[in-house]
Amino acid sequence: MKNQLLSINDLSHEDVIAILATATQLEKITTGPTKKLPTLRGRTVVNLFFEDSTRTRISFETAAKRLSADVINFSAKGSSVSKGESLKDTAQTLQAMGADAVVIRHGSSGAAQRLADSGWINATVINAGDGTHEHPTQALLDAYTISKRFPDNNRDFSSLKIAIVGDILHSRVARSNVLLLTMMGAKVTLIAPPTLLPVGVEKWPVNISYDLDAELESFDVVMMLRIQLERMSNYYFPSEREYARRYGLNETRLKRMKKNSIVMHPGPMNRGLEISAASADSARSVIIDQVGNGVVTRMAVLYLLLGGATLSEVLS
Amino acid sequence: MSAILESADIDRALKRISHEIIERNHGLESVVLLGIPTRGAFLATRLAQILKSLGNEVPVGTLDITMHRDDLRLRPPRPLLSTLLPPGGIEGKHVVLVDDVLFSGRTIRAALDALGELGRPKTVQLAVLVDRGHRELPIRADYVGKNLPTSSNESVKVSLLEVDGHDSVEITGAR
Repeated sequence: MKNQLLSINDLSHEDVIAILATATQLEKITTGPTKKLPTLRGRTVVNLFFEDSTRTRISFETAAKRLSADVINFSAKGSSVSKGESLKDTAQTLQAMGADAVVIRHGSSGAAQRLADSGWINATVINAGDGTHEHPTQALLDAYTISKRFPDNNRDFSSLKIAIVGDILHSRVARSNVLLLTMMGAKVTLIAPPTLLPVGVEKWPVNISYDLDAELESFDVVMMLRIQLERMSNYYFPSEREYARRYGLNETRLKRMKKNSIVMHPGPMNRGLEISAASADSARSVIIDQVGNGVVTRMAVLYLLLGGATLSEVLS
Repeated sequence: MSAILESADIDRALKRISHEIIERNHGLESVVLLGIPTRGAFLATRLAQILKSLGNEVPVGTLDITMHRDDLRLRPPRPLLSTLLPPGGIEGKHVVLVDDVLFSGRTIRAALDALGELGRPKTVQLAVLVDRGHRELPIRADYVGKNLPTSSNESVKVSLLEVDGHDSVEITGAR
């Protein structure tokens, strides 16, 4: 396994299976009365968040704390970044403070890659979402959630049909999930209005559809994406009401879904837009499970990246 | 390379340990066997089978110690093995840890820490198939299949039918 996690492309199929297996064991040992493990004692994990986030930051923070790492939370608001400090100076400050891992969320695609390749910092870099590029730990926790709901498949998704519905254009979650779920064998269909599909999507290893109703009965997993209202500066669809009618998961559509199929959403949800409140709270919904699974999946990633000897320790 | 214990010897040792566990615990009220993966887990299952043939149903589980090792920083990350507690848990129970070889004692130190995360047993006892000496910590076994004086540069190899296809304990020569 590489000493960083910037993209799902950094992982081999073997690495992914190792992460999911580790998460499974971690979930078992952290459901006891003591949730904390001593494994990363003395390591420092910095959460470097240039964009707002609730669950990803809290999830990484919880994961690192459960492994006894020291956690430093850094958000751009209220820091010297708002005074105009560059990514480079911020990174060098963290380096001087002895960070072992930097979990970075940034509004620009490629920011995590830049941080890892720059030589500004020796720490392990973990991408927690960069612009519209990737969000690898979200894809891993989604795969973990799916593997838990379909235990008979034994982490082989080749019999599963998975729909990813909504704003594919702006979604880093969709990009990471397409890479990961197809690596695990799933048949992925992207469903969106043509305006919300990226250029070149026809070269991705997926099916494309503009119609949510066409094959709704055939999917084992329906993953709804958030309409990123903050990025809707152009008019991608005529109105929110029309979008909800054509691409929203409402009760009528929920009832048509296959037996044992599940509804996922990476959060935060726009209830009433891409997903109705009834669908989000239904028995098919695993949205709350996704949050809990995020902690154990991120613990597995932190353990596998930081738990062993570091390069400098091996060399010494 | 020479086999110190063969299949029949291992069976005999485990039978004796089973009787000792019964004797020491005055019957088997609230005794739980916890094997340390990989081979300790199979030995724990075998002990449970022997105890069952003697008319005692004893809960058996496994305890992974990876997250509590003190040598994690010396090697690349290791995969986690299975931790599986029996339905009754370990709270207030007499836990018998089972491992194949007792050497430095560091594994057992880690196991005690791992156990502390999961609950508070009434007592913790230790059963090992082979005690080869060279302790680095103040730890001893309560039940020993075979005391095996070794030189510290030799290594002891335990093979079990379940993983290795045959049963034996061998000393492989100085490296």
